[in-house]
Amino acid sequence: MKFLKQAWSLYYDGFRSMTIGRVLWAVIFVKLFIIFVVLNVFFFPDYLKKHAADDKAEFVSSQLAKPPITHNP
Amino acid sequence: MSAVDWARAQFALTAIYHWLFVPLTLGLAVVMGIMETLYYRTGKPFWKQTAMFWQRLFGINFAMGVATGIILEFEFGTNWSNYSYLVGDIFGAPLAIEGIVAFFMESTFVAVMFFGWNKVSKGFHLASTWLTGLGATISAWWILVANSWMQYPVGQQFNPETVRNEMTSFMEVALSPVAIDKFVHTVLSAWVLGAVFVVGVSSWYLLKKRHTEFAMQSLRLGAIFGLISSALIMLSGHHSAYTVAQTQPMKLAAMEALYKGGTEQPLTIIAGINPFQQPDYETTDEPPLKLAVPYALSFLATNDMNGYVPGIRDILDGYTKGDGTHELSLEQKIQHGRCAINALQEYRKAKQDGAPQEFLAALGNEVQEHMPYFGYGYVKDRDQVVPYIPVCFYAFRVMVGGGCLFVLLFLITLWRPSFLWERWREAVLWFAILCIPVAYIVSEAGWLVAEFGRQPWTIQDMLPTWVGVSQIGSSAVMTTFFLFLVLFTTLLAVEVNIMCKAIKAGPSLDEKKNEK
Repeated sequence: MKFLKQAWSLYYDGFRSMTIGRVLWAVIFVKLFIIFVVLNVFFFPDYLKKHAADDKAEFVSSQLAKPPITHNP
Repeated sequence: MSAVDWARAQFALTAIYHWLFVPLTLGLAVVMGIMETLYYRTGKPFWKQTAMFWQRLFGINFAMGVATGIILEFEFGTNWSNYSYLVGDIFGAPLAIEGIVAFFMESTFVAVMFFGWNKVSKGFHLASTWLTGLGATISAWWILVANSWMQYPVGQQFNPETVRNEMTSFMEVALSPVAIDKFVHTVLSAWVLGAVFVVGVSSWYLLKKRHTEFAMQSLRLGAIFGLISSALIMLSGHHSAYTVAQTQPMKLAAMEALYKGGTEQPLTIIAGINPFQQPDYETTDEPPLKLAVPYALSFLATNDMNGYVPGIRDILDGYTKGDGTHELSLEQKIQHGRCAINALQEYRKAKQDGAPQEFLAALGNEVQEHMPYFGYGYVKDRDQVVPYIPVCFYAFRVMVGGGCLFVLLFLITLWRPSFLWERWREAVLWFAILCIPVAYIVSEAGWLVAEFGRQPWTIQDMLPTWVGVSQIGSSAVMTTFFLFLVLFTTLLAVEVNIMCKAIKAGPSLDEKKNEK
């Protein structure tokens, strides 16, 4: 119990007395919001879940069987 | 540009951005650990203030780097779905361990490091500081294990039933020679960058005639740390070259612009390669204006000054290695690859048709037999398996040249010879400051060598980029590419601004006012 109180005090006092840390946390939250809410939801769908939810093995196998686009590195 | 090109460009952009933050985290972790150890041993408040300053910069960099790596995982699922599915069983394990073990370790102890001054014992605080750095380094290990597997796939077997590579030996994956080399070399490069950063920032204070004692002590420690790291990185670089010669000879040939190989090969210092086009490696024997160190490439690649090093044409045409074994030609590998692709398709069809187990087992064996060259089944031209030589060549030289420059920096700032320090003090300090952005360029150049050099493979020999990519429109990938460019540039500007403000503020002399 004493340990939990000390741990709580560490975090509580620490976060309360932050100065530059507040700016950093604000940037982190903005970044996480953009990444997980905006980018992940609207721009990065799970391709296989969307196109091959039932049988991913069969879908990927059919992709591997297709003649590839000729590409040079 | 095709969807493949945009997908590659996007991954490169996000990886480069991520790598702006990681090396300074790893490098400063050691610096702040050393500083706080000195405080612990001497009890002098000076070392506490010094440690707290470098921890503040560590914290800023750490916070800015948070989540920049997650976007790479999003890209796997969207842009590289075939690749993700094929390697998920291998990739997933190291990334999961990284998240569960390393990240939690890091995030637990970083809180004690920042919030625990005057709250926990000196010993526990010191341990927390080192464990924060250790957590970050363990993170790096697992990510590099995943990347190393792409370069040198081991410890897996392909399952035609699930159409996936399945891990057969975790230890073989985690401790592959490429993983060990890559981890040691990458972490050491981060330490060098951290040392350059400390020396550069300290030099700025000396230039401004501020916090002189702090600057001189940090400069000295940074330079010593940098010199030790530089010496070790030369050894790890040699071993990395040896491993690359065994596992990815085409990468080494591209790095060296070695079109036709042989024994007693020299190491190129510089040559006249057009940076904007692929050189003619088919009809030219060597690039023009080549300046080289005799025997050095053979020594690097084989530990024998007379050792055989294959050139690009040798790898394409097939060659006999130094140990007498024969490496197949591209044409032979293509045949194996096509057999593997056909066998896989026949297996899938036979399974659907309810073929007998014996027949399926025979087809499965045929898949396994040709699987090591699976990716070659998608190759049509020789050009497709040769990396873009100008990038590999010049990036390698930027990396090595920069490394040598930093050794000079550390030597000058550590010994401060009077003929330089008294007459050219300002120039030396500016040189140290300007080495900071150079260190980032050098660090990124190393990754360009590693990743451009493995093209066209997402998994060496098993999956080329154009097969691993999702069948999506290039416009979608292009859109997110520019979205990232704007977003990351903005975030980077914010971070540099915050970092510069913290450096301008300098180390605090009053402990009560120390920022957390």
